[in-house]
Amino acid sequence: MFKDFDLGPILSGEYADLLLRGAGLTAQLMLYAWSLAMTLALLLVVVRLTGKPVAERLVAGYVSYHRNVPTLVQLMLWYFGVPTLLPESTQLWLANFSTEFIFAVIALGLCQAAYFCEDLRAGLRAIPTGQTEAARALGLGYIRSMRYVILPQGVRNALPSLINHTVLLFKNTSLAMAIGVVELTYAARELENYTFRTFECYLVATLGYLAVSLLLMGAGALLARHFNQARAR
Amino acid sequence: MLDVFVIIRDNWELFLLGQYPHGPLGGLVNTLILSALALLIAFPLSLLVVMARISPFAWVRWPATVWVYVLRGVPLIMVIFWTYFLVPLLIGRNISGFTTMLCTLVIYQSAYLSEIVRAGIQGLPAGQAEAARALGLGYFRTFGWVILPQALFNALPSLISQFISIIKETTLGYMINVQEMTFAANQVNNQLLTQPFQVYAILAITYYLLCYGLTRVATAVEHRIERKRQGDRASTPSSPTGPTLTASEPSR
Repeated sequence: MFKDFDLGPILSGEYADLLLRGAGLTAQLMLYAWSLAMTLALLLVVVRLTGKPVAERLVAGYVSYHRNVPTLVQLMLWYFGVPTLLPESTQLWLANFSTEFIFAVIALGLCQAAYFCEDLRAGLRAIPTGQTEAARALGLGYIRSMRYVILPQGVRNALPSLINHTVLLFKNTSLAMAIGVVELTYAARELENYTFRTFECYLVATLGYLAVSLLLMGAGALLARHFNQARAR
Repeated sequence: MLDVFVIIRDNWELFLLGQYPHGPLGGLVNTLILSALALLIAFPLSLLVVMARISPFAWVRWPATVWVYVLRGVPLIMVIFWTYFLVPLLIGRNISGFTTMLCTLVIYQSAYLSEIVRAGIQGLPAGQAEAARALGLGYFRTFGWVILPQALFNALPSLISQFISIIKETTLGYMINVQEMTFAANQVNNQLLTQPFQVYAILAITYYLLCYGLTRVATAVEHRIERKRQGDRASTPSSPTGPTLTASEPSR
């Protein structure tokens, strides 16, 4: 296993291309799913904060579903299940495209929105009510007091868990291989099938994942320290 | 909607037991067995990791810290591939998908569980360890008789949550053909071909009921612990702040 250890063959030529394309797709999945999740989470939090019992129930149900059903099952439901509910003409039209990427983004994004929503809610709950009252007293409307006063503080409070869950999302992008998205894990697996250099293939992919995860965790720790110092001043 | 009930009526044995009387055990029962075994084996291992992580010796602390950070930074599926590749090399013979998944979950969860237990330990006032040492207990007895029982009691809700995570993680066994519930659902889907949404919806609902039920248990246990702590606080006026880290930190 170790005596013929050689990264050369898999880090050059077409094999390197395969890995790079995989890494690129992982990055894209991450980027799109994260944006979708964050947008949706902000919306959900705002809906929940309106305090209407129906809205609260709906958001709580959304969060509960996405946190208690395995992400892989959600992916399968979206990729294999949801298209069959569409009208036949749309199904035929969809068959022209490779839909696995878009469904992976949707499934991962919706799932992660539930986690982000909970993080933001916890962050917002920690803000004293005086902040809202002061903002409203200064003449800011609901939207603007949210935008300029409440959300910035809430996001700051929620930052450590948001970062943790961003790392979780990053790791979850690897699940997309189950529905055929050729991201980094899939690419490493393919490469292993071509070259039989199992150790080297997995090592490269693992180091790639590890580097990004540790970078995110490190950035999170730095940001948290920065905000704590700002608050202490 | 009616389709769902028909599918359940025709395939409930496959969902529940896999092909059991005629073949290997699978389905929901195997998911639960796999999860429970993973938790039972990973837990003692995680205690070793914790002891290493809070050890006074850097050469013990460092490998444990690296172990935890590496496992927290890598997707589970990568760990599955590594186990699939390395364990047969180490023990010299092939292992089944079930064993591979079990080994993977034990390795992966040893890192996560150790973080939970560590948080429980850090939540205790330093006075507990100091008092135990002052009473003449050695390092290991202090850990085993004084620190660990309290830490585990506090960490109980998180341990239940972690069991939920393990159940959700067993779904990845599907990728290496472990006969668990997701695998069973795929078998059902391959037989029917025409109703994937209904089949996967049944799968999702089953996981939901299972995990949501356990979430409720975790919440109930958490409230109970909270109440018990408040009771303790009321009956022992000598420690009005209770066992929290923030309360004990400034005095150090």
